[in-house]
Amino acid sequence: MRQVDLPAFRPHLGRRQKLAAVWKILFLMSTLVGIVALAALLLSIVNDSFGVVALQFDIDPASLGQEGRPLKRLQPEELGEILTSRLSGGLIRRLESEKPLAERSREELYELVIERVAKLRVIASWPLAASLLQRGQILEWRAQNHPEAALRFRSWVSWRFLLAAQASVPEKAGVRTAVLGSLWMVLIVVVVAFPLGVGAAIYLEEYARENFFTRLLQLNIYNLAGVPSIIYGILGLAVFVRLLVGLTSGAAFAVGDSSTANGRTILSGGLTLALLVLPLVIINSQEAIRAVPRGLRYSSYALGATKWQTIWHHVLPGSLDRILTGTILAVSRAIGETAPLVVVGASTFVALDPSSIFSRFTTLPIQIYQWTARPQAEFRNVAAAAIIVLLVLLLAMNTAAILLRDRISRSRRE
Amino acid sequence: MVSILVTAGIVLTLGAESLRFFASGEISVWKFFTATKWQPAIGEFGILPLASATLMTSLIAMLIAAPLGLFVAVYLSQYASSRVRAVLKPILEVLAGIPTVVYGYFALTFITPLLRSIFGENVVSIYNTASAGIAIGILILPLIASMSEDALGAVPRSLKEAAFALGATRLETSLSIVVPAGISGVAAAFIVGLSRAIGETMIVALAAGAGSALTANPFRSAETMTGYIVRISGGDLGYDTVDYNSIFAIGILLFLITLLLNIISRRIVRRFQEVYE
Repeated sequence: MRQVDLPAFRPHLGRRQKLAAVWKILFLMSTLVGIVALAALLLSIVNDSFGVVALQFDIDPASLGQEGRPLKRLQPEELGEILTSRLSGGLIRRLESEKPLAERSREELYELVIERVAKLRVIASWPLAASLLQRGQILEWRAQNHPEAALRFRSWVSWRFLLAAQASVPEKAGVRTAVLGSLWMVLIVVVVAFPLGVGAAIYLEEYARENFFTRLLQLNIYNLAGVPSIIYGILGLAVFVRLLVGLTSGAAFAVGDSSTANGRTILSGGLTLALLVLPLVIINSQEAIRAVPRGLRYSSYALGATKWQTIWHHVLPGSLDRILTGTILAVSRAIGETAPLVVVGASTFVALDPSSIFSRFTTLPIQIYQWTARPQAEFRNVAAAAIIVLLVLLLAMNTAAILLRDRISRSRRE
Repeated sequence: MVSILVTAGIVLTLGAESLRFFASGEISVWKFFTATKWQPAIGEFGILPLASATLMTSLIAMLIAAPLGLFVAVYLSQYASSRVRAVLKPILEVLAGIPTVVYGYFALTFITPLLRSIFGENVVSIYNTASAGIAIGILILPLIASMSEDALGAVPRSLKEAAFALGATRLETSLSIVVPAGISGVAAAFIVGLSRAIGETMIVALAAGAGSALTANPFRSAETMTGYIVRISGGDLGYDTVDYNSIFAIGILLFLITLLLNIISRRIVRRFQEVYE
């Protein structure tokens, strides 16, 4: 190709090209900012989830040994004696009711002594970066402030963290109740939002005629999708928690745990979230149904099928993969929602597993919010670990959505 | 049907409860919008401090997300090769899929310390609107970028090719042909982003601080409308107290603002579609 060369064109050319190069770098930089933000986010979470902790006993186990023998060598009876003499009567009774002390093995008793009497506590923690790079400073800090403390590398995310219940001290806190709460919530959201959403989409796409009313409906759905989630929380507070208290507290079915929950239950939270994702499910299902070729419907009618038979046997199977993917994505939005649940009244401290839809509840994001809002540094570590659990859960759901879509679309092609 | 019910439900409950708030006689609508103190405990209900904090965080967010989002959109739609796009778009989608409470954590544990080390601990308080605003900006960046990219991608090829044929560089084509042609879509993206920023709750609840304050300093703490709702309802809230009713008054204000913004953005998009089809 021959270069066009006009005299009037040339003097500006260098400047124009330089300008173009500068802006191109600017565009690239702003894209990089997004990536850097994501990287910083993930790094700061990982940074806080692992790291060195300083552990210290309230009472040195060595001082608990008797007659020159260390604690580990003591007989079960002696260990039991330490427990009964050092712990309050109420605690002992609780332990006895779990399993009588006399029947416990030596190892169990030893662990009890360490846990309850010696009380190993985290007195300080450092993020991962500091643990790796500023080892000297940490050692110096220990030498100056707590010479007897032990330094351990600790991963705040662990099986124990997943399986333990909520606790008031950071090193014992776990997310089991929160994860269970989140799963209950998902169940309610799916049970409520999926049939309603798909039903509404079928009605709007297949049955509804184009008129003022359906246009209003459609506009409404789009606007609802843009309403801030906290508004749904306020709605849920007024309608589910307060107005329908008899239903949502379980009193109407005489099964509720009427002592505490009074409407601030899993059911209320789940229904609120279901309302929140409903517009998303409807819009998505509508698009899925619209994508089914018209020819398929006409062939079905031509064979004498009724409208409902056509929808049930041809339209729905044809759009199921997209509907399911959309629903999973909507549900993963519900899992991450925090604000509406705080307003509806998620409990901040629940150490008991939710037993039914009428229980008080907490969910993962609520726990993260609570832990982050606390001033102690160790709770930041716990919050970071909970975030990792949450992100892994979301990642798993999104992967499931993709796999499901691939599988269904493949089986349909065969 | 359900959606109509939900909208009607939102409007009715919010309306009824906020009527009760104004009817309680402690506060007039006029004072609600003009008084400059928000202290429910002593009966001061002026929305201005909360609204100004919301405005502040949203403005900071938009200052970050609007230019960055537009640049990312221009880069992705005009410059990037399809392979680069295949890598970048999922990253933006991941960024968009992260729950907002995680951004709140990020703001409090990363952005705030960063700001404090740059500007000094005395200047920047632990809770401040700047850090919340920056986090919201990162949150709405993918939204604005992907909506703007759709708008820019919809600009007819012929316009672009005509510009190239006249000897325009890629930059000149992008900035003076493609962006003006897709401007209504970009504007709609900005408005949707703004409405997300105004309604954003968890980030401000964690990072912007509690206690309302009428301040123009982004490094001081100030409570936003959404932040107030979360803080008040976090405790066990008695029904029919002034606090309880006040969150509905704020709620309906928020609802109307975001509804208005969403309707405007849909209007703009519709006009844009008519022009290019």
